Amino acid sequence: MDLNLSDEQRLLRESAERFVAGSYDADHRRRMANDPLGFSPAVWKQFAELGWLALPLPEEFGGLGGGAVEIGILMEAFGRGLVSEPYVATVVLGAALIDRCGTNEQKQASLPKVADGSLKLAFAHSERAARFDLAKITTSANKTAQGWRLAGSKIAVLDGHAADEIIVSAHIHDHRGPSGRIGLFLVQATTPGLGISDYPRLGGGRACNIELCDTHLPEDALLGDGSDVLPTIEWAVDRAMAALGAEAVGIMQTLLETTLEYTKIRKQFGRPLSANQVIRHRLADMAMQVDESRSMALRAALKADTPPVERARAASGAKAKIGKCARFVGEQSIQLHGGMGVTEELEVGAYFKRLVAFDTLFGGSAHHYARHAGLGRTTASA
Amino acid sequence: MDLTFNAEERAFQSEVRSFIAKNLTEEMKRATALTPSVFSDPDIGMAWQRALHRQGWGAPGWPVEYGGPDWAPAQRWIFETESARAGVPNVNVMGVKMVGPVIIGFGSPEQKNFYLPRILSGEDYWCQGYSEPGSGSDLSSLKTRAVRDGDDYIINGTKIWTTHAHHANRMFALVRTSDGPRQQDGISFILIDMKTPGITTRPILTIGGDHEVNQVFFDDVHVPVANRVGDEDKGWTYGKYLLEFERGSGIASAKLREGLKVIADLAESDLTGRAIDSPDIATRISEVEVDIDALEMTELRVLSALQTGQNPGAVSSILKLRNSEIRQAVTRLGVDVIGHDALAVEPMRPLYKLNHEPATPEEMLTVVPEYLNGRAYTIFGGTSEIQRDIIAKMMLGI
Repeated sequence: MDLNLSDEQRLLRESAERFVAGSYDADHRRRMANDPLGFSPAVWKQFAELGWLALPLPEEFGGLGGGAVEIGILMEAFGRGLVSEPYVATVVLGAALIDRCGTNEQKQASLPKVADGSLKLAFAHSERAARFDLAKITTSANKTAQGWRLAGSKIAVLDGHAADEIIVSAHIHDHRGPSGRIGLFLVQATTPGLGISDYPRLGGGRACNIELCDTHLPEDALLGDGSDVLPTIEWAVDRAMAALGAEAVGIMQTLLETTLEYTKIRKQFGRPLSANQVIRHRLADMAMQVDESRSMALRAALKADTPPVERARAASGAKAKIGKCARFVGEQSIQLHGGMGVTEELEVGAYFKRLVAFDTLFGGSAHHYARHAGLGRTTASA
Repeated sequence: MDLTFNAEERAFQSEVRSFIAKNLTEEMKRATALTPSVFSDPDIGMAWQRALHRQGWGAPGWPVEYGGPDWAPAQRWIFETESARAGVPNVNVMGVKMVGPVIIGFGSPEQKNFYLPRILSGEDYWCQGYSEPGSGSDLSSLKTRAVRDGDDYIINGTKIWTTHAHHANRMFALVRTSDGPRQQDGISFILIDMKTPGITTRPILTIGGDHEVNQVFFDDVHVPVANRVGDEDKGWTYGKYLLEFERGSGIASAKLREGLKVIADLAESDLTGRAIDSPDIATRISEVEVDIDALEMTELRVLSALQTGQNPGAVSSILKLRNSEIRQAVTRLGVDVIGHDALAVEPMRPLYKLNHEPATPEEMLTVVPEYLNGRAYTIFGGTSEIQRDIIAKMMLGI
């Protein structure tokens, strides 16, 4: 039992914090908000040089063999600066799915390119009618003589507009009809019949909706051998939720510090706002919720590779709890900034919007408390 | 980073488990489960203290030269967690966890030699004389006065919310020995034999129906000056040191988890018509469980910091605040889970020695009293409002 950072982890944290503090200022964020790409290819290149894109990938494919804890360290620093590069889409989701499901050739073809920054990925899974239920998708993949024919619509695809390849989930139909298995298909962004409509994402970055209208894919577009990948999708999404939870912690920490400073400077009735007990207690509650969130994000990361039920309960627990805390910390940060908090002139709103996006993504608190409850009880601690 | 125990820690865990299995009787277990107040009655609690003492585990937090077991933080965690899981009785925490550390830190050699072994063995039973009717959160405004008279102090005044004063043979108290410029000055920390003439104890019944706390009156009570711990007028320092222990013994999540388990078991039982089938109840159970997970992780983070000699900072107020709030959430949930059975009041105490058939199943007997008595968790040991003040001051600098 030891929750102290190792020397390598401490170095990672320091370098990530230094990078974000040095390269990610308000100006940069404003430019990115109006940028059609939504992030900076130059920064992405630096991510590659710093080894962050290779961080969680296996060593045999050019990676550094890091785990969910290392991803969390990076993501928390990203949250501090509201980083908008497609890290979750490419590395945390995309590369992890290829690593888990792909054949050796497929991994060899993709993962080293992710590591060196030349390949960006996205994961298209959510569908409007399925809401947050990962199993309820209807997109289909029909076996044809030449390969596969995909049909369906996907929404909320993170950074899909920037991806070179999109991993699309679909129910596999072979020559006997529906197989009952979900498969993952690697779709080149240039494939005919792939319709991408992208939009600016709440809180920074971009996302897109995707139409698959008789999209024809080659035989080897299917990742792996065609066995059901739903359990792997659940694993990857749980892992992404842990990563996003860590990012939310960084965002909340910045909001807490910004708001604290403001209440010390802003004077009303002849004294700083922070002289009022009601304000001090609000900030104490915010600090406490940031700390609880930090605990939950770390817990989800440490359990990211435990057996499915334990992992899923930790991920859903973290998502639900951090989502609840994020809403509180974000809303109160605006409240304590008064009228200025509601304007675009301060960055409080941008940080708040990223927290709202976090809470919604992959299901809000209500969904995840219900999922947690549905997974049954475990009495074991730690 | 590693959330799992290593081989050494696992070996210690099985040692604790086998100790508990050997020493915790069914009677002690049942009595503990059927105690709706914060503390076990001394007949149960002290039996457990004696068993711990025989094993050399009578005071887990003490240094080894005073009889502590010299455990690493992880071992304390394992000990507390296994104890909570097994449902062991509460020992006299006012002795082991409160006055003990103060005597170790500030007491004279004579005081250490006399009192510490008696705490370890369970021979002495301590109560805490801090609050007064006019001094709650503003503790340092206390008025109970000790006036020098030769080798004695003569004490007059009153203390309130004194847990188990009716069982205790000793009290540690904060008394006013002078009037300094600040109200924190002029307070002394003093050890009082409860059999001294002039002490009377009045029971106070709490809303759950339990007699746990009292008001204690001092009427010209003579206490030897030798019973003062540390310097005269410097008692506030020692008293605050103790409050840190009271707030941040730091390992509460395991007990909360057991408390929730009792409620979740009831919710899954036919006794409540399977309350858990209501999505609202099921979700609330998850919500509380997740809050316990978060508290547990924070405790483990503190523990890891302690292991490497780092100072965890003002986090003890966070732990106290969250522990008390979550405990109240557990007991609130309990009342909602048992439904109509919450209407039945059982006035007899102790609940494990009833001489009649209760109106509700035995496993529900403590639910409403625990909820009602449990309102005190966010009040004693520094109210939640005081804890928020401390967090704002110590963590945020405002």
